Amino acid sequence: MQTYYSDLLVIGAGLAGERVACEAAQNGFKASCLSIVPARRSHSSAAQGGMQAALGNCAKGEGDCTDVHFIDTVKGSDWGCDQEVARLFADTAPIEMRRLAHWGVPWNRVVPGKSFFFKGGEKFEKYEKEENEGLITARSFGGTAKWRTCYTSDGTGHAVMCTMDNRCAELGIDVFDKKEAISLIHDGETCMGAVVRCLRTGELEVHLAKATAICTGGFGRIYKATTNAVICDGGGHILAHETGVVPIGNPESIQFHPTGIVPTDILVTEGCRGDGGTLLDVNEERFMHIYEPEKAELASRDVVSRRMTEHMRAGKGVKSAYGEHLWLDIRHLGDKHISTKLREVDEICHHFLGVNPRTELIPVRPTQHYTMAGIRTNKDGAVYGLKGLYSAGEAACWDMHGFNRLGGNSLAETVVAGGIIGAKIVEFLKGYETKFDTKAINLEIKRQKERIHDITHGRNGKLNVYEVRNEMQEALMKGCFVFRNKEGLEECVSTLQGTMEKARQVGLVSDGAGPNHELAAAMKLEGQVRLAICIAQAALMRTESRGSHNREDYPERNDAKWLNRTLAYWREGADMPELQYEDTTPLFELPPGDRGYGGGSIIPADEKYVKERTVKSPVTEIGKKK
Amino acid sequence: MGRQLKFEIFRYNPEREGDVPHMQEFTLDETPNMTLFIALNRLREEQDPSLIFDFCCRAGICGACAMVINGRPGLACQTKTKDQPTRITLHPLPVFKLVGDLSVDTGVWFREMYAKTESWVHTTKTFDPTKEEERMDNSVAEQIYELERCIECGCCVAACGTARLRDDFMGAAALNRIARFVVDPRDQRTDEQYFEIIGTDNGIFGCMGLLACEDVCPKGLPLQNQLGFLRRKMGITAMKHIFRKK
Repeated sequence: MQTYYSDLLVIGAGLAGERVACEAAQNGFKASCLSIVPARRSHSSAAQGGMQAALGNCAKGEGDCTDVHFIDTVKGSDWGCDQEVARLFADTAPIEMRRLAHWGVPWNRVVPGKSFFFKGGEKFEKYEKEENEGLITARSFGGTAKWRTCYTSDGTGHAVMCTMDNRCAELGIDVFDKKEAISLIHDGETCMGAVVRCLRTGELEVHLAKATAICTGGFGRIYKATTNAVICDGGGHILAHETGVVPIGNPESIQFHPTGIVPTDILVTEGCRGDGGTLLDVNEERFMHIYEPEKAELASRDVVSRRMTEHMRAGKGVKSAYGEHLWLDIRHLGDKHISTKLREVDEICHHFLGVNPRTELIPVRPTQHYTMAGIRTNKDGAVYGLKGLYSAGEAACWDMHGFNRLGGNSLAETVVAGGIIGAKIVEFLKGYETKFDTKAINLEIKRQKERIHDITHGRNGKLNVYEVRNEMQEALMKGCFVFRNKEGLEECVSTLQGTMEKARQVGLVSDGAGPNHELAAAMKLEGQVRLAICIAQAALMRTESRGSHNREDYPERNDAKWLNRTLAYWREGADMPELQYEDTTPLFELPPGDRGYGGGSIIPADEKYVKERTVKSPVTEIGKKK
Repeated sequence: MGRQLKFEIFRYNPEREGDVPHMQEFTLDETPNMTLFIALNRLREEQDPSLIFDFCCRAGICGACAMVINGRPGLACQTKTKDQPTRITLHPLPVFKLVGDLSVDTGVWFREMYAKTESWVHTTKTFDPTKEEERMDNSVAEQIYELERCIECGCCVAACGTARLRDDFMGAAALNRIARFVVDPRDQRTDEQYFEIIGTDNGIFGCMGLLACEDVCPKGLPLQNQLGFLRRKMGITAMKHIFRKK
């Protein structure tokens, strides 16, 4: 068996993973990355919008600063984030964007003079200053006070991913593609690396390292309908979680988007509704105005998602071979508007549906979009529970997003957190030596070989991998989606417990030889169901509504009881997660205030508690000026 | 009522002892808005879980699912079955090493390409985190991005006459990559340095001008324009070289 050794092993080679690896390599450490796919195919590359950083170069970004970015981020999180982390993030983002420019990202730049922009269908004029010509410009994004989103045309993720991967090539970092980590090697205290399955040959390898970082993105694929790439299946989370000592932070915190196309759940922009698109039901009648008389289709993403789900539950969904959906109608916007302002939507309809949105309706449904949930780390990115284990990016619950993430903050997080956490890993590596416990390594290899043998030979049972996976996905869609309530969640947990039993009894139909996909799916199934149960159980216990977590039976945000973060452990041999709670943030620069969106009532936190933790901050000064 | 589709799929798993390359037929009922992404996943999940193929973003952004569809290289995720006849033949991309069935090793090919082209900005400047970013004209930034839109799917290489004849031909993707750095003012490499990389028959002078690379590019990149641009530039560089020697 092949054994590889490095100072830092990064599992996942998307933006966060490669950024972490670059930091280590720049400081003279040997870093290697594992990736299921060639690095540039990572889900990071699919992000089109941009990265938030308070550079304040463009006209509509004038007066922007890291304090305002911090405020937007904390409000966006519905006061569920760690404010120390949000501060670190906002302060570092501008430097990181400039660094990317130095490395080769072709950011769009300020063009001086008069230009136009649209807001709510109306045309406005703006003037870019001569003196800012050629500096990194920004575009507007939802939920931000200023134009702050740095971008490269419509392919920010792709462009930054190319540059980052180039940087890895330049630094000589080994990026091993078609390699999947299947378990961590640890002794209950220290992480030593991972057992890895080669997706070219199916053979096992050992990768040992002084430090290991999990940067594997989100786990949207445990839901049936998700915007995530097929590789975002929770593999990295499962590695950490199944050690029994690492908690998943805020598992109930999952973001949804109202308009994924059916069947493949590729997003069509909210701009469709912004520009006057309407949602129709099975009778081709509008319904949003019934639920939301004032805002109708223009209500916030969460609200629209919930109302769509509600309407389908009322029997008004369109039945299809792929389950129920509704219609998005932009026919009335006309050819000119669709060909220019909604070109991207036009292309998606054409390429993936074969639908002409000028004359036909677009099938849409609410869709899982982002996991604020993740492997819980401290502000240095160090994972709770295991020494030498780190996590960054969407995989982590570093927790600058709290219970809702702002657009443009996720892509920025990948590189900003990657840089910060990479530097912390360098600090850790400096002067750190370790011994590799050959017993732990051999035990883990043996365990994995046995596991593969058992699954391949149907030793635990013969249940179909894809059918069991489907049951899990359906259970989450039914009970733990945009709408949550006690009955639905209890049913979801109980269904998933049954699914767990089944997940332990899967056996392959195929022979599992070589780069077999059925085996890969089978090996992570139990871990996926564990994650699913964590989501449902944590959602059941959290009797309030905060950010994306919405309880029909507890509509208020309850700061008195729930100003905290869920930590879901899965102890060895257990059938249910052990839920613990910790304070949301050690300090408040911005004490809990209004809900950033959607309104709704708040049960305030204990005044003394908040006061004791509130520190003097420039953001309170900004508040005063207003 | 939907059509019944017949799939003829290339099968060979090099890791399975005694396996020989062959074609296998599958039948599937077509559903509305079906793409090859949906069809192949259904075949694997419902009929033959040993089927090997790659998908990642399934949205035409990552390039993972390139294969030869009814004789033509393209992305499976954005191929709608309704645009195909009822008989759909699928092969893996040629030129690249076969992983199994429809999956090929594009990762290693492209990684080698990065090494050959030294695919990064060559500069002597160091980054100063306390300073404002270096300015750039927006039109230049957009020009760079236009060339960086390549998703490394490998369709252009698979469709290339020269690449099929010569293992070491760099292909349109590599030449496009060089063009990306040539237009980037941050890269301080000279034309002579670029000539060292691509001024051979394995590079810019190996192209037969058959245009297939551009025809099959799912992102519609102007690959032939870049080739022409580089060839002129490299031609001039070569001429200068000759005169200087005299």
